[in-house]
Amino acid sequence: MASFNLKVNGKSFQVEVEDDTPLLWVLRDHLGLVGTKFSCGIAQCGACTVHINGNPTFSCVTPISSVGNSEVTTIEGLSENGDHPVQQAWKEVDVAQCGYCQGGQIMQAAAFLKQNPNPSMEEIDNAMNRNICRCGTYHKIREAVALAAKNK
Amino acid sequence: MKTITRESRRDFLKIAGTTAGGLFIGFNWFSCDSPKVEVLSTEEVLAQAKPFNAYLSISPSGDVVIYSPNPELGQNIKTSFPMVVAEELDADWEKVRVIQANLDTEKYDRQLTGGSGAMPHSWERLRKAGATAKYVLVAAAAKMWNVPAVEITVENGIISHKGSGKSGHFGEFVAEAAQMEAPEDVQLKDKKDFKIIGTPVKNVDADEIYTGKPLFGLDFYREGMMHAMVQRAPFGMKIKSIDDGAARAVSGVSDVVQFGNSVAVVGNSTWPLMKAKKLLKIEYEAESTVESSADHDRIFQELMANGKSEVKRQDGDIKSAFQKASKIVSAEYQCPFLAHSPMEPENFFAHVQGDRCELIGPTQTPDRARQTAASILGIPAENVTVEITRLGGGFGRRLRADYVEEAVHISKAINAPVKVTWSREDELTGGAYRPAVRYRFEAALDENGRMIGYKLRGVGMNAGNTTREHNFPSGAVDNLLIETVNYESSITTNAWRAPITNFLAYAEQSFLDEVALEAGKDPVAFRLELLDRAKNNPVGQLGYDVDRMIGVVKTAAEKGNWGKNPNIKQGFSVYFSHRSYVAQVADIEMQGGTPTLKKITAVTDCGMVVNPTGANHQVRGGIVDGMGHAMYTNLTFENGVPKQRNYDSYRLIRLKEVPEIDTHFIDSGYDPTGLGEPALPPTGGAIANAIFAATGRRLRSQPFIEQKEFSDIKLEIRRS
Repeated sequence: MASFNLKVNGKSFQVEVEDDTPLLWVLRDHLGLVGTKFSCGIAQCGACTVHINGNPTFSCVTPISSVGNSEVTTIEGLSENGDHPVQQAWKEVDVAQCGYCQGGQIMQAAAFLKQNPNPSMEEIDNAMNRNICRCGTYHKIREAVALAAKNK
Repeated sequence: MKTITRESRRDFLKIAGTTAGGLFIGFNWFSCDSPKVEVLSTEEVLAQAKPFNAYLSISPSGDVVIYSPNPELGQNIKTSFPMVVAEELDADWEKVRVIQANLDTEKYDRQLTGGSGAMPHSWERLRKAGATAKYVLVAAAAKMWNVPAVEITVENGIISHKGSGKSGHFGEFVAEAAQMEAPEDVQLKDKKDFKIIGTPVKNVDADEIYTGKPLFGLDFYREGMMHAMVQRAPFGMKIKSIDDGAARAVSGVSDVVQFGNSVAVVGNSTWPLMKAKKLLKIEYEAESTVESSADHDRIFQELMANGKSEVKRQDGDIKSAFQKASKIVSAEYQCPFLAHSPMEPENFFAHVQGDRCELIGPTQTPDRARQTAASILGIPAENVTVEITRLGGGFGRRLRADYVEEAVHISKAINAPVKVTWSREDELTGGAYRPAVRYRFEAALDENGRMIGYKLRGVGMNAGNTTREHNFPSGAVDNLLIETVNYESSITTNAWRAPITNFLAYAEQSFLDEVALEAGKDPVAFRLELLDRAKNNPVGQLGYDVDRMIGVVKTAAEKGNWGKNPNIKQGFSVYFSHRSYVAQVADIEMQGGTPTLKKITAVTDCGMVVNPTGANHQVRGGIVDGMGHAMYTNLTFENGVPKQRNYDSYRLIRLKEVPEIDTHFIDSGYDPTGLGEPALPPTGGAIANAIFAATGRRLRSQPFIEQKEFSDIKLEIRRS
C-alpha cells in the first residue's frame, strides 16, 4: 500500500492503494466517481476514458502511480451543470440507447474537439473509432460530435 | 359505465394484476385511507410507492410520477411506456417523472425484458391506466365545480371548463379524485388525437447518463459492502483441487469461497480481486464432454447427414417434387457461438440476512433472480426483494440469473452484503452463448423457375427447435419439409437478441437469393411471386401476415431504389420476427474496383411507432448489431474454454465500420409491436447478397472476414 495525492475534477484527494491500481478503480471504488465505466479493462473499448491534463486516456490501464500531479477530469467534472457543449449536443441528438459507454464517448469527443475544433467528418470518425458502443449508436455519436463542433 | 366501489378496489387491483390481459391500474390513493401526500424527491416517491399497486401517481403539485416496470437496457422502454400512460392522461410531459419500479409480481404482469414483447403486451393496459386516471380527475373537477363532466376538457395537465372559465392543474383535484369511483371500463383516445405518442420524446435518463450519475448495477455501492469476483470451471469440467494460498496473500483479499465448481475471491475493492483471481491454482477434471470448435464442426457434419430429426412441418409430397424438379439448388450455412457482450459486464448485489435477501442490479428477468435466490436459500420468494437498475445492455444475457446466483451464494457464505463483478474475460468465457448452428436448404424448381419444393434441416446446439417452421416461405410452397436436429452441448447457451432468427434469417434470405438467381429471377420479384402465392392460395398454416410482408418488400424496393442504378450492386432481405416486419436493401458501389458498402435501407412495419427517436435507434442499432456479428465476431473453443477472451480478439463492430442507414416506417394502422430485435435478423442476408451481387462470392458462414471466399475482397465501408 502506498499513499497517493490526486487532483480530480479540480479537487485534491488522498488514497491508500497498491501502486499498480488502475486509475479507473481508484475513481470508482475509492472516490465514488462511478461515471467512468469499466468494460474491457485492456484499453480496447474506451468506456473508461478520462482526461489527464486534457488528453483522452484509458483509465483502466493507467496505474495510479503514473498519474502524479496531473489534472484528472472525469465525466462528473467535465462541466459544472452538465452543460458542456458536447453534453448538450449528446442531449440534443438523443444519442444513448443503454447509455453505459456514453460517458466515455463524451470524454473522447470533448478532448478531441478541444484539439481539433473544426473537424471533418473523417476526422470525427477516426477519433471516435477508439470507443465501442455495443448498442450501435455510432450514427448519432457522429452527428452529436459534429453538432458540438458547430455549436461551441 | 360500471363502477367499482371503494371497498372492492383493493381486491379488484389484486385480481386484475394477476390475470393475464386484465387491466392493472393503481393510483396509490386508491388504497390509501388518507389522500395522496406530497411527492417531491425521487427517494420519497420510491419510499411511498412501495406499499401500493401503481403505474402512476400525481402529487398535489401536479407532478405526475409514472412507474415503468420493465427493465431498461437501451430499448427505451423507460421513455416509451410512460409516454403511453401520459398520452391517455393528457399530462404535460414536462411534469412527468419516471421511476423504474422494483420487482412486484402482484402489481405488474410480465415484468421482464425479452422477445420484443413489452409494448405489445402492455399497450392496452398502459393506455387504460392513463385514461382511468384522467376519468377520475375529471369527475373530481366536475364535482368540485358543480358542472357536467362531459363539458370538461383536459390538455397538457390542465383541467378546464369553458362555460365557467374555471381551470386547474391535476394536483388540485388529487384529493377529491381519491373519493371518486374508478370506472371499470374507460373510453380510450382516438389514435388521431395522440399528442405525445408518435413524437420524438427524449430519453428520460439523459441528464444522468451524460453527467455520469450512478444508474447502472455496477455503479451501486453501499457502506460495508464487499466485492467479489468468481473463477468458473471450463465447460464440461469440475474442480479437482484448489490452491488458493497465493490468492489469499494478496493485500485487500479477505476471503476465498467455493460453491459448486466456482471459486470466489472476496475483498473490499475490485482491483486486488482481479489480481488474486489470476493467482488461484485450480485443477479441473472432465465431468462431461469437453468440447472444442473442431468437435462442433464434426458433430454438425455427422448430425446433418445422419442425426435423428424432429419434423416441424411437412406440406405436400416433398419426394416427388424433388424427383420431378428440373433444377435443384442446395446449400449449407453455419454460424459460430457468440457472447452477448453487453458493455456493462454482469454484476449483482446481494445481501442475505437470515431468511431474507435483498437483490439489486441489472436483470432482464427480475422474477427469475428472485426465484433463484429463494431456491438457493430455501426461503419464500416474497422474502426476496429485487431492485432493478438500468442495464448497460443485455442482448439476452441478463435473462439468466447465474451471476445473481453467485452473489447470493457469496453473501450467504461471508454473511455480508456483496457485489459480484464480472470482468470482460469472465463475460466472454462465462457461457450462456448464442449457440452455433448449421442449416441445409434444398429447393426444387420447375421448368418455369417456380419453387415447387423446399427443404430445411437445422442442426442446433441446445437450441431445441432451430427453425421457425410457419415463417415465410412456408405457405408459399406446395411441397415443404422442415426438420430439426438437436445436440446437447456442455457449453451453456441462451437466448441471444432475436434467438434462432439472428442467424436463420441470414441463412434463409441468402439461400432464397441463390434460388432466385438460379431460377433466373430478380430476387425481389421472386419473393413477391412467393408472397403472392401465399396470399391467394396459401399452403397450410401461415405464421405471418402476407400483406404486411408484401408491404415492407415493396416499400423497401422503392425506398432503396432497387435495381435502378447499374453501378450499385444490391442485396435484398426481408424477415418477420417478434411480430414486426423488416425489409432491407444493402448498396455496394464499385469505386475504382473496390466494393464499397455505402448504405442500408430499412423499411419496418411495427404498427404504430410510439417514439420515432427510439424506433430509429432500435432499427439502426439492430442493423449495426446484425452487421457487426455477421462480419467480424467469432467465439471458438479449445477444450471447453473460449479462445477469444477480450475485445482484442473478440472483435466488435466500430464506428468506421458502419455504413449509412436509411430508416423508414410503414404505418399499417396496427397497434405497436416491439422493435428490440426485428431489425437485426434481415441484415446479414442483405449484406451477403449485396457482396454476391458485387463480387460473385457467396458467403455461407459467419463471420465473413474469416471465410476464404472473402479473404481477397477488400470491402470498404463509407458513411456519407
